[in-house]
Amino acid sequence: MSSLERSDVARLAALARIDMTDDDLDRLSGQLSAIVDAVAKVAEVAGTDVPATSHPIPMSNVHRPDEVRPSLPQDRALAAAPEAEDGRFRVPQILGEEA
Amino acid sequence: MTAARVSYDEAMEDFDPVFGIEVHVELNTKTKMFCGCANEFGAEPNTQVCPVCLGLPGSMPVTNEKAVESAIRLGLALGCSIRESSRFARKNYFYPDLAKDYQISQYDEPTCYEGSLDVVLDDGTVVEIGIERAHMEEDAGKNTHVGGSGGIQGASHSLVDYNRGGVPLVEIVTKPITGMGERTAEVARAYVATIRDIVRALGISDGRMDQGSVRADVNLSLRAKAPAGEDQDAVPFGKRSETKNVNSLRAIERAIHFEAGRQAALLSDGKPVVQETRHWHEDTEETTPGRSKEEAEDYRYFPEPDLLPVEPSREWVEELRGTIPEHPAKQRARLKDEWGFSDLEMRDVVAADAVPVLIATVEAGATPQAARKWWMGELARVANDQGVSLDELSVTPAEVAELQSLVDSGRINDKLARQALQGVLAGEGSPTAVVEARGLEVVSDDSALEKAVDEALAAQPDVLQKIQDGKVQAAGAIVGAVMKATRGQADAGRVREIILQRAGVEG
Repeated sequence: MSSLERSDVARLAALARIDMTDDDLDRLSGQLSAIVDAVAKVAEVAGTDVPATSHPIPMSNVHRPDEVRPSLPQDRALAAAPEAEDGRFRVPQILGEEA
Repeated sequence: MTAARVSYDEAMEDFDPVFGIEVHVELNTKTKMFCGCANEFGAEPNTQVCPVCLGLPGSMPVTNEKAVESAIRLGLALGCSIRESSRFARKNYFYPDLAKDYQISQYDEPTCYEGSLDVVLDDGTVVEIGIERAHMEEDAGKNTHVGGSGGIQGASHSLVDYNRGGVPLVEIVTKPITGMGERTAEVARAYVATIRDIVRALGISDGRMDQGSVRADVNLSLRAKAPAGEDQDAVPFGKRSETKNVNSLRAIERAIHFEAGRQAALLSDGKPVVQETRHWHEDTEETTPGRSKEEAEDYRYFPEPDLLPVEPSREWVEELRGTIPEHPAKQRARLKDEWGFSDLEMRDVVAADAVPVLIATVEAGATPQAARKWWMGELARVANDQGVSLDELSVTPAEVAELQSLVDSGRINDKLARQALQGVLAGEGSPTAVVEARGLEVVSDDSALEKAVDEALAAQPDVLQKIQDGKVQAAGAIVGAVMKATRGQADAGRVREIILQRAGVEG
């Protein structure tokens, strides 16, 4: 039984900006469905006494004090940028919407 | 093309408005939310960035404890419950100002939830606003569009500065607010003003809307009015628009006016309102459509695996609860009574943001009226000239109180006090030190005053004659001459007494 439709995968791919061919979609919707079904099985097994958890290690409240640490110099911050201008990262024209 | 619209009043006559507001507050922590880069406005671009806030591979975020504390205090001030265990989530979307391609936010477990806030309108009406949640998240960087007219349309490319990326934010979300009718715009404005006042009173943000420290998104929808005698709440909500980045109090009112008029015109015409994000244009006071509103699932939220849950101890929460200041509007009402100010005086003091400095000046020993006189008069002028706020002036409330005590004790008069104040503002030291260094004390030695009076009378014998003829007001000319001769350092009242004595008439 497939819990994930081909159209779901196409939508996810679009949201994640991943270009997928029809073959990719066919193959991945099958594979991803198998994964989702497997996870669903785990949910069935877990009783109400097992709380959902997002972190496997029982730790919390790991904070840092509000103290300034050195930042990167501008040239190093921009070193990996494909393009830079006026100390800023240069990016292609933004289409579609205003920030 | 400008959309058809009716007036706000017409819209309110025909429809029932429902609104909600999201306010983003930038916290004034020293560092960013998840890294030790400085959180300071106005630095050179990309000089307050590191692998964490640039989203470089392998970097790991760590929560800023002070930001968590500020968020909890804000939540408490908004009457929220503080969740025993809350966590961060990734909100996934692509935009160049978002270095990681996701924003760390909170989704299903916000730290603060279910609160309520009293908002006091200008006429004293109190409206209770339900708070859905207040959650922590990080700010994005800043895009600059190049080419074209500077806007996004026609730009050839954009430049990104990530200094603001990762700055801690608290986003406060109201529940849908209903039943306000034509007062909707006024309530929305007062709500945001109250949030601004609260974050300032808490000291967790400078609250400057002009610098983006407090930003509002306004959601508005209209629904049909229920027929007379029927329950308005039984009528389902209409489709809403979300107007982004409405960043002044006036703009909040204007944006609601515009949106209500636009939506009412569509609905009256039998056309649907599209659920969408809209942009506010300060210059034309209009909104224009942005993207269609994404559904929450489009953001593919999931728990942030790199950050651990936040579980504030109940002891800490109670300790923080003890630091929550009085509600600003209630504090104002109390101070107005205590200080004996008129409505107008108090309103001016509030409008000038002078409440904190007045409190401090009164605490330092000045009377409320004296404190008001200095801060709303001379100091307000200087602050205005320098383009700074009152608390940024180089004179402290304690110094203002000291200055007034010098006047009260008769050591200096008002005119000399203003000169002394100039000295304090120029960094010459405390009021007492300036008075001594500049020799500003009132001449209280009668023999010196008598000598000055005699000289002035001798120079103007006709005036002496007039005084002796009963025209006592003529003494003013001599007082003026003596004040001039003593460079303003004489007590005018005493000078007058001496003149009348010398002339042999009774005051």
